[in-house]
Amino acid sequence: MPDAPTAPSSEPAVLMLEDDSLSDEAPSNEAGSGIGVGGWIAAGWLIFVVAVALLAPFLPVDSPTARGAGPRLPLFTEGHVLGTDSSQRDVLSRLVFGARSSLTVGAGAVAVGFVVGGTLGLIAGFRRGRIDTFLSSLFDILLAFPALVLALSLAVFLKPPSASATAGAEEIDTSGGLTSIQILVLALGIVAIPLLARITRSTTLSWAQREFVLAARAQGARSGRLMVREVLPNVLPAMFSIALLSIAIAIIAEGALSLLGVGVEAPNPSWGNMITENRNVRSSPLNALFSPIVALFVTVMALNYLGDALRKKFDVRDSAL
Amino acid sequence: MSSNAVRIIKLIARKLGQLVVVLFCVTVFTFLLVRLLPGEPEDLLVPVSTDTADPEQRAIIEDRKEQIRADLDLDDPLPQQYIEWISGFVTGDLGNEYTVSSTVPVSDAVGDALPPSLQLILYSQIIALLVAIPVGVIAAYRQGGILDKIANAGAFGALSLPNFAIGLLLAYWIGVRSALPFGPQGYTPFSDDPTEHFQQMMLPAFSLALGQIAVYMRLLRSDMIQTLQEDFILMAKSKGISNARVLWRHALRPSSLTLITVAGLSVGTLIGGTVVIEVIFGIPGMGELIASSIIGREFVTLQSCVAIVAIGFVVINALLDVLYTILDPRIRNA
Repeated sequence: MPDAPTAPSSEPAVLMLEDDSLSDEAPSNEAGSGIGVGGWIAAGWLIFVVAVALLAPFLPVDSPTARGAGPRLPLFTEGHVLGTDSSQRDVLSRLVFGARSSLTVGAGAVAVGFVVGGTLGLIAGFRRGRIDTFLSSLFDILLAFPALVLALSLAVFLKPPSASATAGAEEIDTSGGLTSIQILVLALGIVAIPLLARITRSTTLSWAQREFVLAARAQGARSGRLMVREVLPNVLPAMFSIALLSIAIAIIAEGALSLLGVGVEAPNPSWGNMITENRNVRSSPLNALFSPIVALFVTVMALNYLGDALRKKFDVRDSAL
Repeated sequence: MSSNAVRIIKLIARKLGQLVVVLFCVTVFTFLLVRLLPGEPEDLLVPVSTDTADPEQRAIIEDRKEQIRADLDLDDPLPQQYIEWISGFVTGDLGNEYTVSSTVPVSDAVGDALPPSLQLILYSQIIALLVAIPVGVIAAYRQGGILDKIANAGAFGALSLPNFAIGLLLAYWIGVRSALPFGPQGYTPFSDDPTEHFQQMMLPAFSLALGQIAVYMRLLRSDMIQTLQEDFILMAKSKGISNARVLWRHALRPSSLTLITVAGLSVGTLIGGTVVIEVIFGIPGMGELIASSIIGREFVTLQSCVAIVAIGFVVINALLDVLYTILDPRIRNA
């Protein structure tokens, strides 16, 4: 079969993954082993954002939820570099703590997707045969949902009934409920499973048929050992680039879900709910609206750039059917 | 009847089979959405406590919940409930949205919400193709030139900017800051006032289109670069046909097959995109309806909207899949 475009692949993620035919002239300038200057800049920004998110409680910023007194402060006020929002909360501090939520959701969702989807994809690609057919059709069915709508339904589904709605109405147990971040991680993680499984599967397919796997098998290694010790180490680096691209999509999705009312719950900030709170361009303070947009844009671009660079390096393809 | 025709019919039959399975899964999933939520459905639909002091009021609420239980056949086994629901669904009966005092058919709300969403998708596709085709062709023709570089960098940036961020930026810079007549929030039907309709739809359509422009442009460019290296292009040039004619008449058509497919498949992606864009621009479409039903905890509306969007997505993808296979002989014969 020629490299036929895979059928229901209309999600942006897949589009980005599939159009690597356009990298026709790229190998010449990426011929070395590096990821280029741009790649290092992107990596630097990501390390910075992760560090800020991890160290947020120790940084010299105000509480992200503390409401100040007096008038709203504009950009570059002393003590409030990015000003304050309409509730007089420090925007920089909300941005820093927002990075914590947004990155947790992004990385957590992709981790869920990879642990489950990657394992299933590895098994499908290695075992082939009926398991593969079964799992592949399962992935196809899940991919038939519009990703955002599926994530939305899952988020609504997992959301514990809100306090106002349950006040008194029969005894619904909310104590075991999940936090909004856990819900988003699960919802977006489940959506990511089929996508990541399919890519893992096709990468596994190409490695499982290599001579060294055959050699290990000839030496008496069992399938489980072959999968974990021979195939997996070769699949992982390629999957790392896909993970970066997926985290970018998950961070964006958190923003979209926020706008639809199922994002990270206020008053805790995330980049998505900061944008949502200030989405009225006529009345919202612009510093509070544009700060999270810029943070989101730069971070997503860095993830995309680094992911793309690594993908070219490892030559991952989704079309190896 | 050629063997080719038989093969196509077999293929369509197989795709139809797949479609039925997928549709079944999609509808079961959306059906279970409300039924499997923690708590009894009637408490979710009428989130009013029964332990009020006023016995009269309590009787009203209990009656109401009883009525909803009966209306939704909640005492039947789940498979039977599903069949009841789906047979209503295909005949246009989308169920009712229940509140304490009223029972509103969901189909009314959905009927009002569909046209704005479909128009938004249509306009953004038109804008995306109108921009992407010339830019893609010229970028391929002058590969490595200034326009090519700008277009590639722009495409990369556009793909990193979520559509809701584009929407908000446009709403501010064009809608608020500029003197251009675009950007009033809301929605006016085309038949009421075409000018205002387009003024309102332009920014949301463009917000959705920008990401598509980037995808289409990159696709067309890479296909076009390959086509331009073919012998028949050299042949056409050697016959003295002008560059413009070679480019637009000879090279564009064979290069646009992938573009057409992806443009079709993108309708599915755009369905997801409209949901968010409508919320930002206050367009009363399906997205707005979904968002407001989440906030208002109107589960029956939510269920129907999710089902409609998912079914539309699945059906469009299946249609295009078949169409593409028929159009491209390489896949058909594989």
